[in-house]
Amino acid sequence: MNILVCLSAVPDTTTKITFTDNDTKFNTDGVQFIINPYDELALTKALEITEANGGEVTVISVGEASIDPVIRKALAIGAHKAVRIDTAAKDGMHVAQSIKQAIEGQSYDLILTGRESIDYNGGQVAGLLSELMDMSLVNVVTSIEIDGSSVTAVRDIDGGRETVSASMPCVLSAQKELCEPRIPNMRGIMQARTKPLEVVAPSGDYTQTDYVGYELPPAKEGVKLIDAANAEELIDLLRSEKKLL
Amino acid sequence: MILVFVEIEGDAIKKSSQEALTYGADLASKTNDTCAAIGIGSADVLGDLGQYGAKSTFAVNGAGLDTFTPEGYSHAIHEVAHSNNANTIIVSGSYTGKSIAPKLAVKLNAALSTGVVAMVSTDAGFSVRKTCFSNKAFTRVSVNSEKKVISIVPNSYEVKAFDNHADVTVVSVDASSTIKTKSVSVDKVQGKIPLTEAELVVSAGRGLKGPENWGMIEELADVLGAATACSKPVSDMDWRPHSEHVGQTGITIKPNLYIAAGISGAIQHLAGVSSSKVICVINTDPEAPFFKAADYGIVGDAFDVIPKLIARAKELKAG
Ligand SMILES: Cc1cc2nc3c(=O)[nH]c(=O)nc-3n(C[C@H](O)[C@H](O)[C@H](O)COP(=O)(O)OP(=O)(O)OC[C@H]3O[C@@H](n4cnc5c(N)ncnc54)[C@H](O)[C@@H]3O)c2cc1C
Repeated sequence: MNILVCLSAVPDTTTKITFTDNDTKFNTDGVQFIINPYDELALTKALEITEANGGEVTVISVGEASIDPVIRKALAIGAHKAVRIDTAAKDGMHVAQSIKQAIEGQSYDLILTGRESIDYNGGQVAGLLSELMDMSLVNVVTSIEIDGSSVTAVRDIDGGRETVSASMPCVLSAQKELCEPRIPNMRGIMQARTKPLEVVAPSGDYTQTDYVGYELPPAKEGVKLIDAANAEELIDLLRSEKKLL
Repeated sequence: MILVFVEIEGDAIKKSSQEALTYGADLASKTNDTCAAIGIGSADVLGDLGQYGAKSTFAVNGAGLDTFTPEGYSHAIHEVAHSNNANTIIVSGSYTGKSIAPKLAVKLNAALSTGVVAMVSTDAGFSVRKTCFSNKAFTRVSVNSEKKVISIVPNSYEVKAFDNHADVTVVSVDASSTIKTKSVSVDKVQGKIPLTEAELVVSAGRGLKGPENWGMIEELADVLGAATACSKPVSDMDWRPHSEHVGQTGITIKPNLYIAAGISGAIQHLAGVSSSKVICVINTDPEAPFFKAADYGIVGDAFDVIPKLIARAKELKAG
């Protein structure tokens, strides 16, 4: 069982978001980058699957050399090898096309991604890859089980869950609850230093979109405090001031 | 042509699809185009979608389309888009929409924009506004391609009533050769409002001390007609189902009203809820960071405050 895990390096969840260059660029100054939390789940699940069924886990990421520590962490968690496509990720299509080109000629039974990255929140890569590579797709999954040549997965749907059986090769995107993310141990960290991290040149520019500007949400006007003794007033205020309820 | 994919729930089209249709109709009038709806299902169920902004409707059915699959549905929508020369496809960012939008973008060689929260701007080229950094910011994305697929965040575009009439054209598509996945079973939470679509949400955190104390949260939600949500630790400890976890690593919501009791307002939590139109915070700690993001705040004990809210809401409901 060969599994490819698509990994994105994202700002740590505690990052205070600011912008530079007249609000046209994300300010990475002092920002700590981590494995996208959903990708961490995808990686852990991939390891669990190969431990049970044999096989190898390759992580792949589109990004510049600055993200190597994040990729090394994935190797420390247990991935067997890593590939970095040496270009800054521009949009979902750029990432998916770059990955497709980079793995040309290799065959994977499963491709796992996170359900979205927590920086640009596109939620695009799994679906794009499935279409580009003509693989089956089960998006936003909380459970994956391998039975022979097919996969059974549980995916989120609006207001519930659906169990889906999919042919392999299959692309699945990880949702919370899929597994508990693994933390690298000392041995893993030592081993990661010598595991292969192949750097490949970008194959082209596939972008069709351009991030031209950023803004922060408008600040709240300030909180209106209601005395706890008359808490019920809140309901009346929501009606009279906000026309709610 | 702007083609809007609509999802059917029971015998009506989903609210998030109504929003997508309004969006499509508004975009069409902005760009001098026409807005058509496409649904997978019978003409009867789709009915006249004119009131939501469609000028015409395609009702698609055929082999392989009995249940949802990303590959079958995207194939069918693409067939119709292709033969009608659609330049833009609009879907709602529901779980279904999220599964098909990327596939449609590849099939049409279209630029894909997801997480869109406002009407397209045509001031300088074609651009959309989308959320980024899990709602901590917004970005403007210019879309540089003739064909476009746009996915709209539920609850971000208001449904309008239109005075159109939309004739239904039945289209038969055989998608059976594309099918790679099969639905085995569906488990729907009965009688509950899906969190992403809810206009009112009552949420609680670790301050509630234990799962046994959620009765009052459910009761308040019930009288208000709201959905329930929770913070991450609460779902991690299995006090509440994971499907209720909102925040940066949970569900992102933007209801009209978000009431948070016993939630501190950590940055990761705020990321998922800060787009809510009105935020009310109930917390014993006057220094809780959540108050900075709130419109209304009550410094007090949830166990004392929530029952008062329930009582008042019941009073008003009874008239
Ligand atoms: C990678 C990462 C991702 C994360 N993602 C998310 C996420 O998506 N969503 C999320 O919610 N969190 C997330 N977190 C966790 C987040 O940092 C906070 O730990 C979490 O939101 C705290 O939950 P809480 O407010 O329920 O609990 P606490 O922080 O324990 O706060 C409880 C609050 O209740 C108040 N309180 C206590 N008793 C009462 C009472 N009787 N009445 C009223 N108030 C009372 C307290 O004053 C306190 O403010 C994430 C963390 C990390 C590291």
